[in-house]
Amino acid sequence: MESSFGCWRRGLVLMPFATCLFLLCAVVPVCDAAAGEEDIWGVSNSSSQNTEGQEQNNSGLPIVTFRWNHVQTPFLVSVWIIVGCLAKMVFELNHRVTNIFPESGLLILIGFVLGGIVWGADKKATFALQPTTFFYYLLPQIILDAGYCMPNKLFFSNMGAILVYAVIGTCWNAGAVGISLWGCYEGGAMGHLEIGFLQFLLFGSLLSAVDPVAVIAVFEEVHVNEVLFILVFGESLLNDGVTVVLYNVCDAFVSLGAAKINAAEIIKGIISFFVVAFGGALVGVIFAIILCLLTRCTKNIQIIEAGFIFVISYLSYLTAEMLSLSAIMAITFCGVCSQKYINVNMDERSVNTVRYAMKVFANGSETMIFVFLGISAIDPAIWVWNTGFILLTLLFVFVYRIMGVFFLTWFLNKTRLVPVETIEQVIMSYGGLRGGVAYALATVLDPVKIKEKNLMLCTTFLVIYFTVVLQGVTMKPLVKWLKVKRSAQSELKLIEKLNNRTFEHTLCAVEDICGRIGDNWWIRGWNRFEQKWICRYLMKPSARKSQDYLFGVFHQLNLEDAVNYVSEGERRGSLAFMRSEDAASVDFKKKFGTDMSDIMPDIMVNTDFNGLDVSMSSVTRESVPSVSLEIHENDTKNLRNNNDVNVHHLLQQHLYKSRKHHRHKYSRSHFSINQSEDEVQEIFQRTMRSRLESFKSAKMGVAPAKKISKHPQKDRQQKMSNGKSLDKSKAHPYGDEDFEFSDGNSASGGEAATYQTPYATRSGIVNRAFMPEMDTPPTMRTPPWLSQAETDGSVAPSQRAQRSLPWSPSNIRRLAPLRISNRSTDSFIMADVVKPPENPEDRNSRRDET
Amino acid sequence: PLWCDKVLLRASRRVEIAYFSHSQITRLYSRFHSLDKGENGALSREDFQRIPELAINPLGDRIINAFFPEGEDQVNFRGFMRTLAHFRPVEDNEKSKGHDASEPLNSRNNKLLFAFRLYDLDRDDKISRDELLQVLRMMVGVNISDEQLGSIADRTIQEADTNGDMSISFSEFIKVLEKVDVEQKMSIRFLH
Repeated sequence: MESSFGCWRRGLVLMPFATCLFLLCAVVPVCDAAAGEEDIWGVSNSSSQNTEGQEQNNSGLPIVTFRWNHVQTPFLVSVWIIVGCLAKMVFELNHRVTNIFPESGLLILIGFVLGGIVWGADKKATFALQPTTFFYYLLPQIILDAGYCMPNKLFFSNMGAILVYAVIGTCWNAGAVGISLWGCYEGGAMGHLEIGFLQFLLFGSLLSAVDPVAVIAVFEEVHVNEVLFILVFGESLLNDGVTVVLYNVCDAFVSLGAAKINAAEIIKGIISFFVVAFGGALVGVIFAIILCLLTRCTKNIQIIEAGFIFVISYLSYLTAEMLSLSAIMAITFCGVCSQKYINVNMDERSVNTVRYAMKVFANGSETMIFVFLGISAIDPAIWVWNTGFILLTLLFVFVYRIMGVFFLTWFLNKTRLVPVETIEQVIMSYGGLRGGVAYALATVLDPVKIKEKNLMLCTTFLVIYFTVVLQGVTMKPLVKWLKVKRSAQSELKLIEKLNNRTFEHTLCAVEDICGRIGDNWWIRGWNRFEQKWICRYLMKPSARKSQDYLFGVFHQLNLEDAVNYVSEGERRGSLAFMRSEDAASVDFKKKFGTDMSDIMPDIMVNTDFNGLDVSMSSVTRESVPSVSLEIHENDTKNLRNNNDVNVHHLLQQHLYKSRKHHRHKYSRSHFSINQSEDEVQEIFQRTMRSRLESFKSAKMGVAPAKKISKHPQKDRQQKMSNGKSLDKSKAHPYGDEDFEFSDGNSASGGEAATYQTPYATRSGIVNRAFMPEMDTPPTMRTPPWLSQAETDGSVAPSQRAQRSLPWSPSNIRRLAPLRISNRSTDSFIMADVVKPPENPEDRNSRRDET
Repeated sequence: PLWCDKVLLRASRRVEIAYFSHSQITRLYSRFHSLDKGENGALSREDFQRIPELAINPLGDRIINAFFPEGEDQVNFRGFMRTLAHFRPVEDNEKSKGHDASEPLNSRNNKLLFAFRLYDLDRDDKISRDELLQVLRMMVGVNISDEQLGSIADRTIQEADTNGDMSISFSEFIKVLEKVDVEQKMSIRFLH
C-alpha cells in the first residue's frame, strides 16, 4: 500500500485520504467485509497513526519497522474471515457432523469458543457485531445472491402467495407476539419491567425476521415440490425487508410516544409501511434497468463488467437506504429483475465469475454473521435474566409461527392449484429460524427510549440460539420421522429405481403439458410485451438473436450432421473401417477425428460448434486411439464380473435427474449447477436430434399415419420409425455418440439409396421428399425451432457448413444436395408439417360431440 | 370459434365429469386451447413439442406419443383429458367407481399400464430387452457404455422375469413394482 507507506511522514494530511480509500474499497464488495469491520472494533485510525508518525520521526532511518497500527483493522478483519472460513472447512471435512448438526449452529458454537478466548484474554468484549457492519457490509451480498439466483418465472408466478406470507405472515407474527407478551406482562407474569405496549410491539417486530438458511438446507434433503420451495425462499427474502420496515414504523411510534398516537398517525404508519416496502422495490427495479443498459455496452471491458453487477446492486441498496426506503427490497428486486438480461448480455465467463463471486461473498458473510452471533454473546453486560419474559417469548415465537403458517396456508390452499401439504407446512413453521437480522435490529434499539434494551437483546439471542440450534438439530429427525410414517423404505430393485425415475419424468412432463403454473392471459401478455419491448432495450441485439436457444441447438445439430457427412464420405472414399465393432465405435470416431484433422484442419476451425467442438476437438487432440481402446476393453472385462452393487451404483449415478432434483441453484453453500445444466443440455440435444431424425424420416417418405393403420401392427412399427429403428434397436437404441454416427450412416445410406432409385419399393411408402413443391401445404407452418430463423431471414445453418467445407470428396458431393442444401432442409421440414387431411372418423366424432 | 369451444367444453364435461372438477376442466381447456396453435380443436405432435420443458425431459417424446391413440395424429380435448385422467390422485374411490363399471382410469393398474406403455413400443404387452435398452438409453447420460447398459438391462429383466422368456410382461411388471407407491408417484396434485 503505497499511500499508507507515505503516511508516516505526512500522516496528518493523508489520513483522511487513506480513510477515503478505505471507504472506496468498501463500495466494491470484494473488500466490503474488510472495510466494514473498521466500525466493529472502533479502532480510531487517525489517532493511532498520528502517534505512530511521531514515533517514526524520532528515530533514525529504520530498515524494518513493526507497524501494527497501520494494518490493524484490515488485518484483524482478514484474520477473522480466515478463522470463519477455516471453521467452515473443518465442518465440511466431516459430513457426518453437519448431517446431524446444522452448520449455522456449529458456527455459533465456534463463536462461543472464540468469544470465550477473547474474553479470557481481554476481560472485555472486544469484538461484537455492529448493526452498521451488518446492514452495510454483510447483509447486502446475501440478499443480492438470493435475488440473483432466484428462479424468476417461479418467483413472479407465485408472487401473490409469497407476498401473503411475507407481509401478512410477518405482521401477524410481530403483532401476535407483541400483544401476547404485553398481555402476559399486564397479567403479571414477568414482574415489573419498564416496557410499554409499543415497546412490546417493537420487540415483536424485530423477532419476526426469519432466516431461510436452515429451511433451505432441510428442503434440499426432503422431497418438496419447487413451488413450496420458492414460497419459503421468497418469503424469507421479502420477510427480511418487511421486518425492517415494520421495525422502523414501530420505532417511529415508540419515539412518538403513546400519548401522541391517534388514528391519523396509525394510518400514516400503515401508508409509510407500504410506501417504504414498495418504494424500495421500485428503486431496485430502476437500478436493475440501469444495470441492464450498462451491460449492453460493456463489450470492450469484459474484465470489469462483472464488477458492475456488484457495484450497481450495492448502489441500489445504498440509494434506497438514503431515501429511507427498504434497502433490502431494493437489492432483492435489483437482482431478480436484472438477472435474465445481464446473464445474456454479459460474456459467458463474466456470468460465471459473477455467479461464483456472488456465492463466495454470500457464503462468506453468512459464515461471519453466525460466528459473530456466537462471539457477541460473550459479554456479561448484556445478560439480563427474566424467566417469565424469556420463556414466554420463546413460546409465543414458536406457537405463532406455526399458527400463522397453518392459517395462511389454509387460506392460500383454497385458491392454489398446488396445495401445500401438511408435512410441508410443518417444515415451514418449524423452520422459522431467527438469524442475523433479528440480532442486528435488537442492537439498534435505543437504550434511551427502551429501558430494557439488554433484556430484549439477550432474549433475542436466546431465541436465535433456540431456533437455530435446537430446532435446526431436531428438524431433520422430525422430517424423517414424518416421512417414514408416510412410506416405508427398503432396498430398491433396479427396476424399481428405473421406474421411480420414469415416474418422476412422466409426472414432470405431464405437469408441463398441463401448464404447471396456470396459464393466465396476462402471463402470456406480459411475455409478449417483454419479447417485444423490454428485450429490445435491455438486451444486446446479438444476444437477442442467439437467445433463441432452439435455433442454436438446431444450428449445432446441423453442423454436426455436416461433419458426419464429411466423415462418412471420408470413410467411404479412403478408409475401410471396421464398422462391425460396436464396442469400439467411440474410439473409431476418435480415430476419425485425427484423420480428418490431418486432411482438412479448416473445418475444425471454421465451424463454430459451441457444445460440439469440445468433444470433437478434444478428441482430435488425443492422437492415441489404440490406448483408449485398450482401456475400453479393460472396462469391458471388468464389467463381466460386475456384481449387483456396481450395476446399482452405475444406474444410480447415470440416470438423468428429473427436474425435482435440480435445485442446487438456490443453495447458498453449494454450487454445482453446471452439472445439471450440462445434463439438461444433453437431454435437450438428444431430444432435438431424435425429432430431427423423425423429420428426416418423414422426408424420406413415411406414409401418413392413416395409411399405416391398415397394416398389421408389427409392420407399422417398423415403418413408423422408418427402418431406422430396425438397425438402431439392435445395438444402440438412442442417440449417444455412436448412435449418432451409425444413424447418420444408415440414414444417409438410405437416402443415397432412395436418391438413386426414387421409388424405393418399401411397402406403402410414398416418397414425398423428392416432390417437395407438390407437398407444400398452402399455409406453411414451420416447426418451432425454425420459425425464428426464418423470420430473421438468415440462411439455413447447414449451408454455412457447406461453405466452410474446403474439400469434399466426390461421394459427399453426391450426398450433399440431400441435406446440406437449403432447399432440401426446407423440404424435409415441410414434409413433416404437411397437415394430414382430417380423419373422417375424427370429424365424425367431433360432430357427435357437438 | 367460441361456440365450438363451448360445445366441446360441455361435451368433455359430460364425459369426464367423473375425473375432473369443473374448474379443472375449465383450466385444462384453457391450456389446451393455448397449446392448440392450429386452432382446429385438436393437438398435433408439434403442438406438444412446442412446450419447451418437454425438450429437456428425456422421456418427453415418449410421453407425447402416449397422448395419441394408435395411428392417430391428432388428439382432441376429450382424448387429452382422458390421458390426463391417469394422473389424478386415487382418493375417494366411491365417486369414480359409482360412475363406471370398469376400472377408473386413475387406478393403480391403469397408472402402471401407462408407464408400461412407455416402454412397450410395439404393443405386444411385453417389454423386450431392446425396448428396455431404448428407454434406458434415453434416461442415462451419454458416458455410460453400451455394455454397461446392456448388463443393467439384463439384470433388470432378470429381476422381473418369472417365466424365463427374457422379457417383462405386464403382470410381471405389476408384480415387481408392487412395493412402489405408484398411486402417489404417478399422481399430480393439482388434478385433485
